[in-house]
Amino acid sequence: MTVLLVLVGGALGATLRYLTDLFVQSRHDTTFPWGTFAVNVVGSLMAGTTAGAVSAGDGPEWVLTLVVTGFCGAFTTFSAFGFETVRMVEQGSLRAAALNTAANLVIGFAAAAGGWALASVIV
Amino acid sequence: MSRVNGTSVLPYSRLMPAARWDVLLVVAVGGALGSLGRWALSQAVTTAPGGFPWATLLANVSGGFAIGVLMVFVLDVWTPSRLVRPFLGVGVLGGFTTVSTYLLDTRALIVADRAPLAAYYVFGTLAAGLTAVWAGILLARLATLGTRS
Repeated sequence: MTVLLVLVGGALGATLRYLTDLFVQSRHDTTFPWGTFAVNVVGSLMAGTTAGAVSAGDGPEWVLTLVVTGFCGAFTTFSAFGFETVRMVEQGSLRAAALNTAANLVIGFAAAAGGWALASVIV
Repeated sequence: MSRVNGTSVLPYSRLMPAARWDVLLVVAVGGALGSLGRWALSQAVTTAPGGFPWATLLANVSGGFAIGVLMVFVLDVWTPSRLVRPFLGVGVLGGFTTVSTYLLDTRALIVADRAPLAAYYVFGTLAAGLTAVWAGILLARLATLGTRS
């Protein structure tokens, strides 16, 4: 059962990441990877909110497996973020690489922690 | 397409093939398999409450190394089928690596009053992950010297 939840969440998360990235990247003309940033922040917010709600409301474990481990784990990506950042460094765009790193980690962390706090208040 | 150091200068996501049903299908299957691998790793390398999240770190660092190798092969060495990159890169490695769990792990360490460990974890994953991507790129270029298209 757990394996099935991870598989389903992972399949949906990866597919939606791909579509979100295509959509976001078609909406701007810069080379900055806003698509990866968007999925990492939105996925962290969703993971924080879900984990916070399950923790505060003593919710079922399967929700964590499906949404947090499966869906959000696959919706967000470290590999694309890492590759894009290293490529910026290789191209000499150190400022862009630093901005990309700070944006993903700082705003992503704020989204995860903020989502958890919000869910704890509401649930 | 123009190349810098043998790597295309187009942004990563602009190199994606357009969304078609077969592409979506291989992304979904790859994402399911990558996620299962990440979950299996978390079952094999467990973390005690307040402990160092080795499983997530290992997934992100090894997935970073693999994407570095894969992108050199896909962009500069092979002319692969258009489904290889959506399956392995977007699906399997995108599903295997994670930012949401990485940041929730960090939050858990801070909440457990282990802020120094949280800092080691955040910056350790970042440093090791980016170094792994870079090492993957360099090793793949070295291994394929003279065979690049």
